[in-house]
Amino acid sequence: MQNTVPRLDILNETIRNVYYHVPIWFAMIFMLTVSFINSLRTLSSADLQHDTHACNAALTGIFFSIPGMLTGAFWAKFTWGTWWTFQDPKLNGVAVSLLIYMAYFILRSSVEDEIKKARISAVYNIFAYVMMMIFIMIMPRLTDSLHPGNGGNPAFGKYDLDNQMRTVFYPAVIGWVLFSWWIYRLINRISVLQKQLDE
Amino acid sequence: MITALIRKEIRLEFRQKSTLGGVLIYITGTIFTSALCFAGKVDKPTWNALFWVITLFTSVTISGKSFLKETGGQSLFNYLHYPPSKFIIAKMLYNMVFMVTLSFITFIFYSFFISAEVGNPGLFLAVLVFASSGLAAVLSLMSAIAAKAGSGFALMSILSFPVAMPLILVSIKLSKLAMDGIEWAGVNPQYFIILIALNLLTATLAYLLFPYLWRG
Repeated sequence: MQNTVPRLDILNETIRNVYYHVPIWFAMIFMLTVSFINSLRTLSSADLQHDTHACNAALTGIFFSIPGMLTGAFWAKFTWGTWWTFQDPKLNGVAVSLLIYMAYFILRSSVEDEIKKARISAVYNIFAYVMMMIFIMIMPRLTDSLHPGNGGNPAFGKYDLDNQMRTVFYPAVIGWVLFSWWIYRLINRISVLQKQLDE
Repeated sequence: MITALIRKEIRLEFRQKSTLGGVLIYITGTIFTSALCFAGKVDKPTWNALFWVITLFTSVTISGKSFLKETGGQSLFNYLHYPPSKFIIAKMLYNMVFMVTLSFITFIFYSFFISAEVGNPGLFLAVLVFASSGLAAVLSLMSAIAAKAGSGFALMSILSFPVAMPLILVSIKLSKLAMDGIEWAGVNPQYFIILIALNLLTATLAYLLFPYLWRG
């Protein structure tokens, strides 16, 4: 991490944030995908355990959005000059996906019956995940964005990341994704214990 | 069977006129209030924003009712008599047609009371058709979820607004172009492709997911 980094206009040393900001969002997307897959499994098997896993994965994903947003806000402050902007479709997308998962948790808390809750929230989760993916993956490519790789801005991957940065960036991605997986497993164990305590 | 279901929906709608009347009063009420506030003349971005807010809330009201109004006995009857896939298609088609009609009514009332020059009305109306049909498709499924969760209209709006956002955002972008009087040739076709794709995608998802709600 102490390597020299390419000196780019505006970015300067802040380019090191790419080791944190980008992998954290990868971890979030990964967790929300795990949640989506578990919701699919809930519908196909009617096993309540999958539903708990789906909920825990969503929780972990949303948890990762907090550092993702903080690192993004700091980066934006030093490069774009503002903490938050409504001009960028990716930022809007994140705000909307947070709203979606808040709605998902509210939906879960409003249904009493376990089986019913599992099925209804799985249906919502699948629908919401697809909508969220459209929002954060496809929409930014259609409109102007301040992010690299969108709206005519060059992506990091093309020529900004030099090989030295890659040796940090790729392990960082793997590390953050595994970190999210570890937290997810921990929460799963907590739910199992909680369930046993309740019984 | 789908046509029979749609006919049933229409007949129910006109028999209990509360929904239709309520929505029409809502539309005229909001438009009239805004007309009084703005003294009949606003700038284009405000006109556009207000229009979409009214349309969004209208569609939530309309589609929200579509499942929430069905009481226990009624939904049991439907469950026993109709296959879920046909039922949701009928609901969505009906809501789409109803919603497109209402959004046209809104557009006429709105431009009558609050004047603003829409530069390219054809484009605006085309956007309106796809946006309101897409909203109807999204909100039909959300209404089914809210009805199954058994917690009424508040949950309906919490669930719907975030998932309706992609659709609304593309529509706002396109309608802004229409307001500014951009000709058809100047419009990026990608926007329309996205709008139509969102319609198809939400309808397909609703079609695939609804049977799981139905069983509960």
